[in-house]
Amino acid sequence: MSRPKPEPVQVVKERRDAALADLVARVPYISFMGFEFERRGDELTGVMPYRPDLIGNPMLPALHGGALAAFLEVTALISLSWSMAWPRIEAGDTGDILPKFPKTIDLTVDYLRSGLPRDSYARAEITRAGRRYASVRVEAWQDNRARPTVQAMGHFLMPEPVA
Amino acid sequence: MDDARTQMARQFIESLPHCAALGMTLEQIGDGEAEILMPYSEKLIGDPETGVIHGGAISALMDTCAGASVMSHPKAGFATATLDLRIDYMRAAKPGATITAHAICYHVTRAVAFVRVSATDGASDVPVAAATGAFTVERGKS
Repeated sequence: MSRPKPEPVQVVKERRDAALADLVARVPYISFMGFEFERRGDELTGVMPYRPDLIGNPMLPALHGGALAAFLEVTALISLSWSMAWPRIEAGDTGDILPKFPKTIDLTVDYLRSGLPRDSYARAEITRAGRRYASVRVEAWQDNRARPTVQAMGHFLMPEPVA
Repeated sequence: MDDARTQMARQFIESLPHCAALGMTLEQIGDGEAEILMPYSEKLIGDPETGVIHGGAISALMDTCAGASVMSHPKAGFATATLDLRIDYMRAAKPGATITAHAICYHVTRAVAFVRVSATDGASDVPVAAATGAFTVERGKS
């Protein structure tokens, strides 16, 4: 009885990071908004680095509610696609393993606090991923994780699985 | 809404940094209704295979338009913020088409303004997206 030698950690990390970078790079709107994704194992954290053109209320100043809504929606979509691609990434599949993006059916955004002119972070929790529909809860915060800025619940139409 | 206030609202909305970044222009505003345009742009694409713009950009447009309708309502003040917004995406926007958002602030209480918004691309009678939202009302305005 001998089990195969585990892959070197660097090889595994490079494969995961390359897949994540490919996924994110597919969407022009993500680079326009400057969103980034950080990874720890399979957990993703969306980052919206502060930029003056994200402001929606110059008097306060506060981030535009629409920019925050977009950040939550993008984090939910990337997290869903990532979770679909993850088994293929781990299996070491090469080639085009990234699925098409799910389609947003609806998104309910709950504005809890005004967005400060600082970086924002977001994590999505996939409450249910069925064959056709998925429900995702997503939350964003800034300086203090316990004081979320916005939260949202969304429903998504899943793409056909990659053959 | 008189011309001076319309002009002021237009300048205010179009000067908001994120609205300027998305190329929004205010078409019409007054008495609790607003219309804002957002021209198609490649940087807003969400799906490169089809060229369809990202839902996030449409959310930002509808949020802005809803807020503008509240600002123009005679019973609400100029300052407002989104409490919640529920957006339904009915279909993909036609690539290349300008998106028009139309918002109606249909009820204002002492604390809350209620708004309905739709977004159309001129390709069909069915809107691209529709949203309902609740917005804050300045203290002592109603």
